[in-house]
Amino acid sequence: MRILEGEGVTKYFGGLAAVSNVDFNVDQGEVVGLIGPNGAGKTTLFNLISGALVPKPGATKFKGENITGLKPHQICKMGVARTFQSVKVFANMPVLENVLLGSLFGTSNSVSSADAAREATGLLEFVGLSAVRATPAKDLTLANQKRLEVARALATKPEILLLDELMAGLNPTEVAQAMELVTRIRDKGITIFMIEHVMKAIMSICDRIIVLHHGKKIAEGTPQEIAVSRTVIEVYLGE
Amino acid sequence: MNITRVDLKKVWVPGLLLIILVLLATLSLYASAYTVILLTSILMYIVLTVSWVIFSGPTGYISLAPAAFFGVGIYTSAILGKELPLPIVIFIGGLASFCLALLVGALTLRLRGIYFAIFTFGLVELIKHLLLWYEINMTGTRGRFVIVVDNNTIYYVMFIILVILLLTAYFIRRSKFGLALRSIGEYEDAAAHTGVNVNALKTITFAVSAVFVGAAGAIMATRWTYIDPYIAFNPLFSFMPVLMAIFGGMGQFYGPILGAAIFAYLEEILLTKFPYYYMLIFGTILVVTILYLPEGLVGLVQKLRRRISGGKRAHT
Repeated sequence: MRILEGEGVTKYFGGLAAVSNVDFNVDQGEVVGLIGPNGAGKTTLFNLISGALVPKPGATKFKGENITGLKPHQICKMGVARTFQSVKVFANMPVLENVLLGSLFGTSNSVSSADAAREATGLLEFVGLSAVRATPAKDLTLANQKRLEVARALATKPEILLLDELMAGLNPTEVAQAMELVTRIRDKGITIFMIEHVMKAIMSICDRIIVLHHGKKIAEGTPQEIAVSRTVIEVYLGE
Repeated sequence: MNITRVDLKKVWVPGLLLIILVLLATLSLYASAYTVILLTSILMYIVLTVSWVIFSGPTGYISLAPAAFFGVGIYTSAILGKELPLPIVIFIGGLASFCLALLVGALTLRLRGIYFAIFTFGLVELIKHLLLWYEINMTGTRGRFVIVVDNNTIYYVMFIILVILLLTAYFIRRSKFGLALRSIGEYEDAAAHTGVNVNALKTITFAVSAVFVGAAGAIMATRWTYIDPYIAFNPLFSFMPVLMAIFGGMGQFYGPILGAAIFAYLEEILLTKFPYYYMLIFGTILVVTILYLPEGLVGLVQKLRRRISGGKRAHT
């Protein structure tokens, strides 16, 4: 079943087409990678899906339902969660409260504060942050802040999770841990759509990869297909 | 050791609060008329400051609109005071402020940072001058007289407004909405993407905080007996809550209360004892506070407490 679809998704910033006529779809249970050189429009595409920006023209659909033009909090409650390329944790709030916010507000049904606390605690354990639950988020390492963003996103009980460069800026050990985290999230039954520059991660985790360049989709296929695609190699390495 | 301290705190904080409440509630029985009037102003400033902190404290949106809501309350009292009983006038004053804040909030809360501050300040001036134009061209007089209410009644009304406000502020702070307001102050986009309806929450909180300012304006008008747009929409009522909140420190619930109480008392003392140096001393205190106590009085209290408990630990 198609969980997320985009039809002719386009976004202009002034005269520049940041995303131009992109069609895409993500099936339930898949891990789909989104790659492309800097400025290709990957994060803009995520912003168009999550409601931070509205495509014009074009439409985005979640489980067949049109979500174009809905507000971010509505899209979040429907079951689309995301993390951010530049981490946006609530810096002065304790780690647990960061996640608690997601449990309390991220779902469409109301949650009691005891249930929310239990859920948030469980998620901190899932991402491996139980030891620092009372620490203000700003005092965490970058890798842990990214984990915290994942926990906060998971707290909203998403069906699909958009990960925006989860591994950027991490050292090799942390990258390995992040990859393991992604597979565990997939095993929970959550569909994943991820922007990533770490090729090792993309190639080993993703079922399918979409390549953007100058706002246009230039290739799509399995990791093996993408690895040998002439257009993709040209875009990344030049001719 | 930790447990005993927590227990102690659990006993003496509510105890102290209760004693203060009882003392304030029975004030008219033992205090002089001057004390009642002085405490009315202090309570008024606490109302203005605490209601300002409900919205601006956690979200970091600096609102300079309190004077507008205060003025709306004052004019409600001036226009309706002769026709309707006092409690209804005060209720309508709060309601009018609520509606104005809802309208302004819906229009402007997409503005962030300094733009929001400037807009809200502009609102005060806009209403003031619109009203001035209306009064001069339509009614032909600039000011209005307000019915007189005795000082004890004014005091008790202000006291009731304050108690309701403190309960409201406390519950908002402790509720999940308090958490959401803080997350808006930290990272508004992230809060929205975590399921918080940021615009609705901001607008409603802004409006709720305005109710108390409007109600305080409605009762204070009866003390001043004569008002005009310049008195009612005095920008000082926008700046004072901000200064008092910073002076007290916004980190703790009691900070703004302490700040407003001391600040208001200080103002009165300076104004009566040193009328010529009043502004000079006032300004100096402010500058020193901002320079050396960025966390306000709360920060000072915490620093002292840490020093004391740190000393204890060093000896054991």
